[in-house]
Amino acid sequence: MSTMNMIQAVRSGLEVMLERDRQVCVFGEDVGYFGGVFRATQGLQQRFGTHRVFDTPLAEGGIVGVAIGMGMNGLRPVPEIQFSDYMYPAFDQITNELAKLRYRSGGEWTAPVTIRAPSGGGIRGGLFHSQSPEAYFTHTAGLCVVMPSNPRDAKGLLVSSIECDDPVIFFEPKRLYRGAFDGDPEHVPPWRDQPEADVPDGYYRTPLGQAAIVRPGEDVTVVTWGTMVHVASAAINESEVDAELIDVRTLAPLDLPTIVQSVEKTGRCIVVHEAPRTCGFGAEVVALVQQHCFWNLEAPIVRVTGWDTPFPHAQEWQYMPSRERIASAMRSALAV
Amino acid sequence: MDDSKILIGKANPSSHTSAAAVKDPLPLALRVPAAPYRPGDLPRFNPFHQQPGDFSRPDTLAPHTELRDHAAGLIRVLGDDGLAAGPWQPSIGPQQLRSGLEMMMRARHFDARMIAMQRQGRLSFHVSCKGEEVAAVAGAMAFASHDVLFPSYRQAGLMLVRGMPMVAMIGQLIGNRCDNAKGRQMPVHYSWRAGNVVSISSPVGTQFPQAVGAAMAFAYRGERRVVGAWIGDGTAAQGDFHHALNFASVFRPPCVLHVVDNQWAISTHRNTSTGGATFAARADAYHLPGLRVDGNDFLAVFAAEAWAIERARRGGGPTLIELLTYRRDAHSTSDDPTQYRAPEEANHWPGGDPIDRLSRYLIRNGHWTENAHRDLNEALDQEAAAAFQHAESFGTAATGLGHPTESLFEDVYTTMPPQLTEQMRELQTESSPPSAETSIIPFEAQNKRAVG
Repeated sequence: MSTMNMIQAVRSGLEVMLERDRQVCVFGEDVGYFGGVFRATQGLQQRFGTHRVFDTPLAEGGIVGVAIGMGMNGLRPVPEIQFSDYMYPAFDQITNELAKLRYRSGGEWTAPVTIRAPSGGGIRGGLFHSQSPEAYFTHTAGLCVVMPSNPRDAKGLLVSSIECDDPVIFFEPKRLYRGAFDGDPEHVPPWRDQPEADVPDGYYRTPLGQAAIVRPGEDVTVVTWGTMVHVASAAINESEVDAELIDVRTLAPLDLPTIVQSVEKTGRCIVVHEAPRTCGFGAEVVALVQQHCFWNLEAPIVRVTGWDTPFPHAQEWQYMPSRERIASAMRSALAV
Repeated sequence: MDDSKILIGKANPSSHTSAAAVKDPLPLALRVPAAPYRPGDLPRFNPFHQQPGDFSRPDTLAPHTELRDHAAGLIRVLGDDGLAAGPWQPSIGPQQLRSGLEMMMRARHFDARMIAMQRQGRLSFHVSCKGEEVAAVAGAMAFASHDVLFPSYRQAGLMLVRGMPMVAMIGQLIGNRCDNAKGRQMPVHYSWRAGNVVSISSPVGTQFPQAVGAAMAFAYRGERRVVGAWIGDGTAAQGDFHHALNFASVFRPPCVLHVVDNQWAISTHRNTSTGGATFAARADAYHLPGLRVDGNDFLAVFAAEAWAIERARRGGGPTLIELLTYRRDAHSTSDDPTQYRAPEEANHWPGGDPIDRLSRYLIRNGHWTENAHRDLNEALDQEAAAAFQHAESFGTAATGLGHPTESLFEDVYTTMPPQLTEQMRELQTESSPPSAETSIIPFEAQNKRAVG
C-alpha cells in the first residue's frame, strides 16, 4: 500500500498492466520521453522501452485509428488523448469505428482499446482545456465510459478497463490529479489526507459497472461522478443534510440498481455534473430514476450542471457547479 | 464430392506466404524515432549548407514544378557574413526594415514581461514566440490590411503588426473587461476582427482548412484579397493540414499557408511529426509551389511572403511556405523544457537569433545604431510594463475581472434562447447581483486600423 495522488495511481495502473501483459502498449502526444503533460506516463518509457511507450505525431484521429488497428490484431493499446477537448478529431474513429467494430463484423473483430483522456474544468483552461464530453460517448452504443474520482478507484478501474475486451473511454478529472478539489480553488485538500489515497501497489481490479456509495444517508440521494463527487460531499457536510452520495464511477455500463435502491429509500434525488445540462448524462439518470422510482419520489429530481454555454475562462467559477448550488438543489428537493 | 463450401472460410492459397519466402529480410521491429538531442547531450547542428543565391526567384506565376528545389532547399538572403545577397532580396526600404525590427523587439519584450508576470502569479499562462518572431512579423507586414489572417497561438508579433493594442492583448491574457473577446478564452487566444485577424482556437490546425475556405469566399465573390494561415511543425501531422492542402489544390483560391517549423511540439521533436524531410516538399504532391525559407532571416521571409502573396493576388493560387526556425522558450509557462531538451540547443541553432541578425544587418548598412538599439530596448521594456499596469487597472483575478453574470450566457447564439435566459436567472439568484460596470472597454477607431 502506498499513498498516491491520482496521477501516481494512473501511472501505477499503467505500470502494472505493462508489466503483466506484453500486448499492452501506451502512446500519445508527449507521453514517451517527457512522460505526458500531466506526467501520468513519467518513467514508463525508460522502464518498458520505446516500442511499448512512445510519442506519436499530433493527430488524435491518427492515434485512435492506429490503436484500433493494433487492437484488432492482438495488442491492448492504451492511447492518451492529451485533453478530452481534443478527442473530436478522433470522433469518427471512436464512434463509427471503435464502437461499432464488434457489431458490424458480427462479433468477428474487436479492438480492446482504452482511451485515457483528462477531462473537466477548474484549471483556468477555458473553452478547450475544460470540457466534460462524456455524454457524446455514453450516447454511442459499444463504448464503456469510466470516470474515477479518487486514486484507488483510478488505478483499479484503469486495470479493469485495459483488461476489458470492449473499448473503454477512460476520463480522468484533471482537477483531481493533485488534490481532492471540493469546490474551493484556494484550499484544495491534499490526497495524502484522504483514505482513498491509500492505493495497493500491485495488481487489483475495481469492477466496471459498479457505483460506490460514498456516504450513506436517508433524506436525499445525490448522484454524481468525477470532480463533483468531492464538491457534492463538501456541500453535504456544510449543509448538514443527511444525503446519500453515489459516485457512479462507470457511466456505461451504469449501475442502476444502486441508484434505484437509494432513491427508493430517500424518495428524493439530485444529479450533479460539470458538463452542460441539455442532453448531459444527468438527463439519462433522471429519466431512469423517474421510470424506476416513480412511486417513491416525493419531489421533482433536480439537476445541478454546467450551463448550456461553452466553458468560459474568466467566469469559470460561475460555470462550475458550486457547493452553494448543490446545497440549494438539495434544499429545494427537501422543501417539497 | 460436395465442394459447395469451397468458397466459405478458405482463403486463397496464394495469399499464404511464409517468412522464408521474403527476400533478404531486414530486422523487423516497430520503428520509433528518437529526438537528435535530449538532456545531457551536446547538440551539434550543421551550419546551413545553402547560401543566398542558390535558388532562383521565378516569376510569381511560374508552374509549381519550377519551385521543387525551393521546397527541398532553403531560401536565404542574409548570408553567414551578415550581408544580403541573391535574387530573393526583397524590395523593402530601411524604414520598413526598422519597423520590422521594432515589431520583433516589441514582441520579445512583450513575451518576456508576460512570462515574468506569470511567474509572479499575475497571469495564469503564457506562450512565448521567442526566437521565431520573424514568422509572425515579416508575414503580417507583407500582407495588405484587408487580407485576412489565421495565426496560431504563438504569434504575438502578428497581432501587434495588425494593430491590436498591447493593452487589449494583455486584457485578453488576464481575461478582464478590457479583453475584446470578453474573457471567454485562455490566454494567447486573441481575436482582432478590426485588424482582420480571426479568433485563435486551441485545437491545432483547425484554422488551416478554414483559411482555404476564407480564400474560396474571396474567389467566389471576386474580391482580390489574400488569406494567410500559420501552423507549427507538430500540427502539420493533423488531418486538417492535408484537408487544407487538398482543397487548396483542387479549388486554387488565393491563400498562403505556412508551417513554422520550430523543431519542437511541446516535447515532441519534428522527426516524430513527419517521416519526410521538409514540410514544403509536401506541396509538390498537391501541384502547389512550396518554399522552404530560413525563418530567422527577416529579409528572406519577407521576400518569400511577397512572392507568394503576389502569386495569390495575381490569381496564381496557393503557396505552402515552411519557415525553418527554433522555439527558444518553453512550449508554454506550463512546461519545463530542461526535462526534455538539451539545454544548450537554442544557442547552437544555425539560424541564430532573428533580432540580432536583422539589427546587425541594419547597423552594418548605416540604417541603425547600437545606441538606437539600446534605447529602443529600454523604451519597449517600459512600454510592456506600462501596458501591463494599464491592463491590470481593468481588473485582475484577485480584484475581480469585471464581467457581469449575463456575459457568461451571451454570444452563444445571436439571441439568447429561453433555456439560457432561465439558466442565467438561476445563476443570478445563487450569486451576488450583477456588476453595474460596463462590460467591455470600447477601443477608439484609430486603434483599430491594421498596419498595412
